[in-house]
Amino acid sequence: MLKNRIIPCLDVKNGRVVKGINFVDLKDAGDPVEQAKIYSDGGADEICFLDITASNENRDIIYDVVEKTSKKCFVPLTVGGGVRSIEDINKLLNCGADKVSINTAAVENSKVVLDSSKKFGSQCIVVAIDAKKNGDKWEIFTHGGRNNSGIDALEYAKQMEENGAGELLVTSMDRDGTQVGYDIDLMSKISSKVNIPLIASGGVGNLDHLVDGIQSGKASAVLAASIFHYGKYSVKEAKEYLDSKGIPVRI
Amino acid sequence: MNVIIVDYNSGNISSVINSFKEVAQDKVNIEVTSDLNKIKSSDKVVLPGQGSFKSCIDALNKINGLTDILNEFAIINKKPLFGICVGLQMFADIGYEETETKGLGWISGKVSKIDNQGGKFKLPHIGWNQINIVKDSKIFQNIENNSHMYFVHSYEFIPEDKNVISATTDYSSNIVCSIDRENIFGTQFHPEKSDKLGLQIINNFINL
Repeated sequence: MLKNRIIPCLDVKNGRVVKGINFVDLKDAGDPVEQAKIYSDGGADEICFLDITASNENRDIIYDVVEKTSKKCFVPLTVGGGVRSIEDINKLLNCGADKVSINTAAVENSKVVLDSSKKFGSQCIVVAIDAKKNGDKWEIFTHGGRNNSGIDALEYAKQMEENGAGELLVTSMDRDGTQVGYDIDLMSKISSKVNIPLIASGGVGNLDHLVDGIQSGKASAVLAASIFHYGKYSVKEAKEYLDSKGIPVRI
Repeated sequence: MNVIIVDYNSGNISSVINSFKEVAQDKVNIEVTSDLNKIKSSDKVVLPGQGSFKSCIDALNKINGLTDILNEFAIINKKPLFGICVGLQMFADIGYEETETKGLGWISGKVSKIDNQGGKFKLPHIGWNQINIVKDSKIFQNIENNSHMYFVHSYEFIPEDKNVISATTDYSSNIVCSIDRENIFGTQFHPEKSDKLGLQIINNFINL
């Protein structure tokens, strides 16, 4: 039986791990390579790096981080943040990333998803969707949540599936950093609309939120950052809790 | 001993290289190449594969003489070869991803899309799933039945001779996930991404 995945996410800035509250107030908390190794040894099903380096001169640091991590971690590694082109994707894959997540570039030019999934295979193309509720629908935000594209999230998700995305990483901008739980309505609506797996993200504050994301949000995988990063729960504790709720996990 | 990972532009093989080097350390020489003479004289060959069946076969065929050398290595000389993911799928006669494409024809059978029961199951089949070991295989030494391995694929290999199947996994249907026929091994899952147990399988192959 296929297991639901737990994916700790590490926000990386200038080669160091940080995690923000609503994308601001960053706290420095460690070396990404060591952190990733701790997670994979602790039973993480995948590791996700989100590169939030702003300045261009420091952008190449992530390649070095990915290369070092991939020599130590033998579970899948997804890398996103600032991925603009086929060349960026190629570089990350060559450094040892297994999947690359594309956000702003996919909104601005959906051909990037089409071309990259043809070139590298859908299995390594994750489309990251940052969505915010507006009335009775959700709209796609880009540039780390700063710009509203006005695009409907559900229609966009379907289009990305058609363009060859292998998975969708859906983050609720309303919930991110709040620790009040995933936007379950958003997750379940998108998951029901597409046939590819959905990774739920944004808002996890306790282990019941992970359960909700899978049971009610119909997510194949749940991503969380701060609850793991600041030691509130270990990945192992999270898995044991999910298991106790009847959710299939790899233990 | 020399183990060659065949580099034929089949997509991302960094993880395969990293995992074999991790297991081999200094004891075994791991080389990544498409050099025909080096493949010919190597002790073991790893055939990775990512992307589509068609793109991998096309990439193999683009390197003059490569399929002939692999054929000589695995079929005529019966030296150990390990196919991973599409690398395994290419053992088949024919694949149906993108368009009908002729495979290597080493193990009779076809590669077709997983029947996801009209959308009831998500595709690709991504994540950790348990393997049912149905036959003793040297690459499963110290691997317990029902171990978790990491999968990511939408197509499955359906061999004609069921005796070549060494493990299956349950998804929307029972999917063949490991092949063992004499010197030819292959896994649909990714041992290079399957944590310690995956590395154990790689170690088993290296130590054959």
